[in-house]
Amino acid sequence: MTRARSGFLLVATLAGSLALAPAASAATAQPDTQLLAPSAVPTATITVSAAASLTNVFPAIADAFRNKYPQVTVKFNFGGSSALVTQLKAGAPVDVLATASEPTMWSAYNAGLTSIPLLIAKNTMAIAMPSGNPARITGLPDLAKPGILVGVCDTSVPCGVAARDLLKLNNVTVTPVTRELDVRSLLGKVVSGDLDAGIVYTTDVKAAGRSITSVAIPPNLNVTTTYPIAAVLTSPNSTAAWAFVRYVRFSLSAQGLLRAFGFTKPW
Amino acid sequence: MSRTSKRRLRTARPWFLLLPGAVALTFLIVPLIALLSQAPWGSFLQILSNPAALDALRLSLETSLMATLVALVFGVPLAWLLAREVLPGTRFWRALVLVPLLLPPVVAGVTLLAAFGRRGLVGQWLYNGLGVQLPFTTVGVIVAEAFVAMPFLIITLEGGFRGVDRRYEEAASTLGASAWTTFRRITLPMVWPAIVAGTVLCWARALGEFGATITFAGNFPGVTQTMPLAVYTALESDRGVAIALSIVLLAVSVTVLVALRGRYLRSGASA
Repeated sequence: MTRARSGFLLVATLAGSLALAPAASAATAQPDTQLLAPSAVPTATITVSAAASLTNVFPAIADAFRNKYPQVTVKFNFGGSSALVTQLKAGAPVDVLATASEPTMWSAYNAGLTSIPLLIAKNTMAIAMPSGNPARITGLPDLAKPGILVGVCDTSVPCGVAARDLLKLNNVTVTPVTRELDVRSLLGKVVSGDLDAGIVYTTDVKAAGRSITSVAIPPNLNVTTTYPIAAVLTSPNSTAAWAFVRYVRFSLSAQGLLRAFGFTKPW
Repeated sequence: MSRTSKRRLRTARPWFLLLPGAVALTFLIVPLIALLSQAPWGSFLQILSNPAALDALRLSLETSLMATLVALVFGVPLAWLLAREVLPGTRFWRALVLVPLLLPPVVAGVTLLAAFGRRGLVGQWLYNGLGVQLPFTTVGVIVAEAFVAMPFLIITLEGGFRGVDRRYEEAASTLGASAWTTFRRITLPMVWPAIVAGTVLCWARALGEFGATITFAGNFPGVTQTMPLAVYTALESDRGVAIALSIVLLAVSVTVLVALRGRYLRSGASA
């Protein structure tokens, strides 16, 4: 992910919100004014393709969304971000796309499939250890010690790219024993105690609760991944799709839920 | 004689089987054709000369052969025990032996972790007592493959043992042959076709094993990343590489099957 693209996306986010809500002030201090009026949204069922790491939080957001827009039914299709984009390119009947990284969203946007994306959340990385922390890991440098079994995600998936960048940023050289293909299976091997440590998302640590121990990484030494959301242009339910996209980005309840599940602000 | 048999064949040709049979054949063949048509033939050699691809192929062959060997050493005796109903409650044990066939492979991997993982039922003794850890090792891959593939050998071979006319064995033992000699000289040769067929099935299943391996043994190039894992990993980033690797895996198994078919399986079928 290049800095230039990231900056462009931020500008695009602002431009998009301004274009669609010219009456609202640019300030996000009164976010609810950015939402579509419930009376303006017709009855519809929308399908939301969302990254696997949003599996826990999005259903909670959908419940809150239903309180405001009871006429809209939300269905989910969770999966790896690149797989979701591939499905969309192949013509999957999806109304909203939310990915775990900007490059994956750009690939859909550049193919002319989505509206301008809005950034909804950020995630950081953390070290997860089995309960009791048998290898007594206290920080990233411990992962380089001999005999410590460390797992990461493969660099073909976003959590692996983030782990690689994190180790590079911290100047730590780790020889992992496994490169898992999704973060949930990596977490599973930490929970079972077969790995001494795994580099996972902060939100995964939160979701795993007391089945694991974890070490946070100082913000200045951490890497972040950003979650964009966009309406699919071919959607027959574009108003409902837009209502959901804007709800996730601007409503206090959706943003509050994202915080509660461990995500951080994208702006 | 040949004319009458020919005529009988023609009149007995069951047209009602022809159409569904053709559908089945098409259904099985079309994906293969699609795979071949999408292959990046231009960069094929370049993809295959990649050391990571060769590593995965070598690892796949080694582990699948070892897993088959393990299955033979322990599976043949078990198949015999089940076929002769030596154990009390044979029907129950037979049903249990088939469980790995029914488990989704990923679940098989989870059960293996529960058993042989570092904190597993058996694994904690292995780890604390002997310092042995199976997950993330090549031995772990062999364990996963053997667990999933051995039932194929056992189920095939059990049928073979059941089909043996026991009067030959009885004759051998009345003539003074020991149990071992009877088994080696009479029983084994009679079930040879079943052994070959079961071994091939078992090996093919081990070679293609994915879910249990990635769940139990992890995914690391050169250590636990067999061909199916390499294919799946490549699929996340480069579809062309994934297809090329799949074709290689397919070519290896087809070559072995054809070679065996010429040598053993046909003669086995006529025996």
